Amino acid sequence: MFEFLRVRAQQGTRTSRFPNGGAEFPERFRGRPVFDSGKCDGTCPGCLERMPSALMTTGPTGRVRLDVGACLFAPEEATACEHGAVTFTRDCGMATRSRAGLLSPDGEVELATALDARMQSLFGRSLRLRSVAAGSCNGCEGELAALGNVVFDLARFGVQFVASPRHADGLVITGAVSANMWDAVYRTWEATPAPRLVIAVGACAINGGPFRGSAEVANGVPDDLPVDLWIPGCPPHPLTILDGMLRLLGRLPDAAG
Amino acid sequence: MTDLEDPGLRNRRAVPLAAVPREPMNRFHQQVIDAVARGWRLIAFFGMPETAGQTLLLAVLADDEAGALSAYATVVGDSYPALTPACPQAHLFEREIAEQCGVIPQGHPWLKPVRRHPPDHAASAEPPPQNFDRERYDFFQIAGEEVHEVAVGPVHAGIIEPGHFRFQAHGERVLFLEIMLGYQHRGVESLLETRERMRAVLVAESIAGDTVIGHAGAHCAAIEALARSRKTPRAQTIRGIALEIERLANHIGDLGAIAGDVAYQPGAAYFGRMRGECLSLLMTLSGNRYGRGLVRPGGVGFDLPADMARAARDRLLRLKEELIPVADQMLGNASVQARLEGVGALPPEKCVELGIVGPPARACKVPRDVRYEHPYGVFRFAHIPVSTAWAGDVLARCLVRRLEIFRSLEFVIEQLATLPGGAARVDCGALRPEELAVAMTEGWRGEIVHAVVTDAAGSIRRYKVVDPSFHNWSALAVAMPGNQISDFPLCNKSFNLSYAGHDL
Repeated sequence: MFEFLRVRAQQGTRTSRFPNGGAEFPERFRGRPVFDSGKCDGTCPGCLERMPSALMTTGPTGRVRLDVGACLFAPEEATACEHGAVTFTRDCGMATRSRAGLLSPDGEVELATALDARMQSLFGRSLRLRSVAAGSCNGCEGELAALGNVVFDLARFGVQFVASPRHADGLVITGAVSANMWDAVYRTWEATPAPRLVIAVGACAINGGPFRGSAEVANGVPDDLPVDLWIPGCPPHPLTILDGMLRLLGRLPDAAG
Repeated sequence: MTDLEDPGLRNRRAVPLAAVPREPMNRFHQQVIDAVARGWRLIAFFGMPETAGQTLLLAVLADDEAGALSAYATVVGDSYPALTPACPQAHLFEREIAEQCGVIPQGHPWLKPVRRHPPDHAASAEPPPQNFDRERYDFFQIAGEEVHEVAVGPVHAGIIEPGHFRFQAHGERVLFLEIMLGYQHRGVESLLETRERMRAVLVAESIAGDTVIGHAGAHCAAIEALARSRKTPRAQTIRGIALEIERLANHIGDLGAIAGDVAYQPGAAYFGRMRGECLSLLMTLSGNRYGRGLVRPGGVGFDLPADMARAARDRLLRLKEELIPVADQMLGNASVQARLEGVGALPPEKCVELGIVGPPARACKVPRDVRYEHPYGVFRFAHIPVSTAWAGDVLARCLVRRLEIFRSLEFVIEQLATLPGGAARVDCGALRPEELAVAMTEGWRGEIVHAVVTDAAGSIRRYKVVDPSFHNWSALAVAMPGNQISDFPLCNKSFNLSYAGHDL
């Protein structure tokens, strides 16, 4: 018994202070990418070919824009521009309410706003989610599971993962949606009682991620499923997911209203 | 035991494809069956289109005692006599060949789909119709008035990858377990064959997201072997350190998950947090919690400066101090032991027969470990003892993990203090044409094999990935009968197999 208490004392309390601080990252951490148009004169060729993802595209006007949803957070995405116009910040917050909110000329995203008053009154203090992995690598699932550990402790915000879609207020979809999971994704969504939320987690669920273009995947959550929250990452850091969920629920001070 | 043809193939050493003996079917058949009967192990067996209507089959064998590899090839039409009846290790490889190439192994005892997808490596324009109906499959059923069936998945109760489990049960007792996978199939092999190098490594990192270092390491080793690129000892050591930190993170996480399943909450909480410490360390080294961005062809994408190595070492010394009492307390606890002992026992003879790898094999006292038997990189100079237990049950798999945690900690702490010099990354040029490279890595789940064949232009002609889970899902199916249905989650966690790694 004494030894038991000694170990308990040694382990201490490790819960993150997030959202009141607690989001410190090491120097090499690759958070939200940004694009410095001042460093790009638009004349040197080859950056788009060197880009290993669809992070950087040229918009209708020929101007470069970043799609944070397509970002694989790979070092090669930054080195693709020889002038260093693409860099990774240490900012972990980048979840949006719309797909378009992830697209911008400079990597600034439209951070998620809170649900409307009715939905907030339903889910704001108690949200039950069902996880559906569909053509993923288990990276995003690892981070969703990590949200349950004592450090991130998702449950302290009233958010929990439940065993059945029938018990859930929403789905968290990960993976590029493989042909073999297509049907199961729809059926799980249909089994979730309305009103329901859909949260797309990770580059795969947003646009196919590293598997984009494979004949066996749908390049992410199908268009006809209404997504309420898009959380980029490969995989997203647990705090990126937590930040997005708290913004959606109106639980972050600067995101209220 | 090195009595087979020796084409010069070794772990991470490429040979010309022409050096691989190409035998007529009946001789190929006999060679492979005889070799396996003498103790060789089938580590990869796959097909690729040769000419119209003809498929080249390639079997790669390993002699673990001698650290030797061998390979045999044969060319077949739309069918060939199956190896499985005489060589059960081949059972899943042959089902995979049928599915990928549309070549039927005649006489296979249970030829059913592996991942349910149309043939993607077929030699014929119209391969014979295969059962890849994505929705319908007739599961094995046991008849009897009191026998009932339990179906689980693909959408599971926890935050788990998709898979389907079909139990035939009598009361609580499981009579038979059939596992149907393929839900995570993303077409990984085809992507690795067609994507250019910079994009391919990102796919390799995503074969199994919890084994980023393991799979990227095997991928880069195969590419480097084909390009004759020689990493510096520094790069090898950094990769070895990262591989062992990945093992630490996952083994610690597994002990926590098992603690949670037997309602030993302190273990679940402490191990869960300490798993995170290991992931944080990988994030310090690579910028990503799973080590993405670190392993790259020619070496590592990030060097490990002296001050970072010192800080990492201090963190691990602290972790070791915190970890040992928690592991001792959990596995020394009588009620935990009682819950784990005798559950999900895998008979050692099945382990050998089915070619099981990794901790589940080592928990049956079958000492398979690539780091020891086919050493590569830093593991040629710094040996980590092979950790074994004998009972083959959930407790034995926990004990193997605990031993491996301590040994990996010792290894990393030692290596961080003695990092060799040299560049972090060297050039890795064009691939040699018409060669075969086999790269084996001991990932935390067991043996990872990447076998790569190049064509006349030096492009990748065939990329074969064998995740340890490919072998080991069969072990779970074999270990379950006789156990209670309620023990399935515990049993499943003690194997903790990858769906993504199997489904590719």
